[in-house]
Amino acid sequence: MRSAPGAWCSRAFAALLAACLVAVLAFLALPILAIFVHSPPSRLISALGEPTARKALLLSLETTAIAIAVILAVGTPAAWLLATRTLPAQNAMLTLIELPLVLPPAVAGIGLLAALGPEGIIGGVLSSLHIELVLQTAGVVVALVFVSAPFYIRQAHASFLALDRSVLEASADLGAREPTTLLRVALPIARPGLLVGLALAWGRALGEFGATLMFAGSFAGVTQTAPLAIYDQFATDLPAALALSAVLVAASAVLLGAIKLAGRGAAPGLPALR
Amino acid sequence: MTRGRRGRLLAALAALALVAGALAGCGGSSKPELKISAAASLTKAFNAYAQTLKNMKVAYSFAGSDALAAQIEQGVRPDVFASANTKLPSALYAKQLVEKPVVFAGNKLVLAVPAGSHIHSLEDLAKPGTTIAVGTATVPVGAYTETVLGRLSPAEKAQIAKNIRDREPSVDGIVGKLSEGAVDAGFLYATDVKAAAGKLEAIDLPPSLQPNVAYGIAVVKGTSHGAQAREFIAGLLQGAGLQELAKAGFLPPPSTG
Repeated sequence: MRSAPGAWCSRAFAALLAACLVAVLAFLALPILAIFVHSPPSRLISALGEPTARKALLLSLETTAIAIAVILAVGTPAAWLLATRTLPAQNAMLTLIELPLVLPPAVAGIGLLAALGPEGIIGGVLSSLHIELVLQTAGVVVALVFVSAPFYIRQAHASFLALDRSVLEASADLGAREPTTLLRVALPIARPGLLVGLALAWGRALGEFGATLMFAGSFAGVTQTAPLAIYDQFATDLPAALALSAVLVAASAVLLGAIKLAGRGAAPGLPALR
Repeated sequence: MTRGRRGRLLAALAALALVAGALAGCGGSSKPELKISAAASLTKAFNAYAQTLKNMKVAYSFAGSDALAAQIEQGVRPDVFASANTKLPSALYAKQLVEKPVVFAGNKLVLAVPAGSHIHSLEDLAKPGTTIAVGTATVPVGAYTETVLGRLSPAEKAQIAKNIRDREPSVDGIVGKLSEGAVDAGFLYATDVKAAAGKLEAIDLPPSLQPNVAYGIAVVKGTSHGAQAREFIAGLLQGAGLQELAKAGFLPPPSTG
């Protein structure tokens, strides 16, 4: 029953969809492109030779790697527990885990100071244990874990939930205990989804700025990660700030690409069974 | 799509357009809005000054003066730029980005500590384990701090420099770290300590170390609110702005700007 105006309407709608997609791509790509236009490859390489930039990049790599390791080690079992059992207040727990996703980083920084800072609610306990976080590299890691853990745990929870129950039951029927099922069956099957979560969490950690500045401060070689160094250089040396930004874009892109490749392009939250 | 649904969609879009129109209307009132980029240390005094202005509205962007100057170099065009030094406005004037700057206030650099601190002098800063927050090398408060440290003996300077553990992009960050007890001491302006309302204490620096803290302000070139911008600056030199600056603890402009 499609008349001529109907056909025109659907063509116009298709054109609208295409126009929106082009707008989205152009808008998202333009700032990233501009960074590379402003910093020729030779400038990139010389920027890497500057001690402040090098220190900041190394510190970013180091702190994000530690943060991701912590998130994987603690977040994976936590997500497994949430996905495989019915717990009291399950939804409340999931919401709590997701809260840092929507929290402004400055709020995260203030919260961390109020909780773990020298005058925070458990600051006294920490200092009696000689654990110092504020102004320390360890504090950067704490801030990164706080802001990026939800990205991984949420994704891991969804991936575990999407697993075919019968496969897990078969594993149990064949005599495998839960740790074996988790390690040998669930993790390999859920791997694509877990890797996507890992990439999102790592990317968020690499870009972290506000919470780090407020909680850990900014000092070259100790707490000044790459985003903090970029902000610092913005006022003095814009080409250097652009070059460091370009390196960060490249590093993030490589990271995302590698992990997507390892995950064989599985759609987030829908790990394919093989 | 049924007629009813389409109707609802259209109604929603129309409502959205109305809201957007209303919001746009808010900005388009008869009073011109002056955009002012100002040093973070001016926050309290400038906000109080804005309350007294009858024939203009002002919108502030407070941050480290160096970041604000960098924005202007990158093409951001506020109507007025107020800096915690004279170097940045002069540099922008040399590049013909702002009109000739004037010095409108002075300030004092102090050693700031949380109320009830055990630190009472510069010498205490050299003690091992003391943590100090300063501004970055390019934000005025950090540059003034460098001047102070540069006037100490090399041995004293080295001992204090060893305890610097945090370089903040503006005074706000230093105030925050001090009031949360994250650092033991920091270098701030006397007005920042006053604005912290009892949470912080100021320790005066010996006069021989005190840098010449002078605030420069300039109309940004190409502004369409030139008259209001000049009126705003005039009020800081004599009028309500001057009163608010004095109330906040700012000093008269130093004679050797």
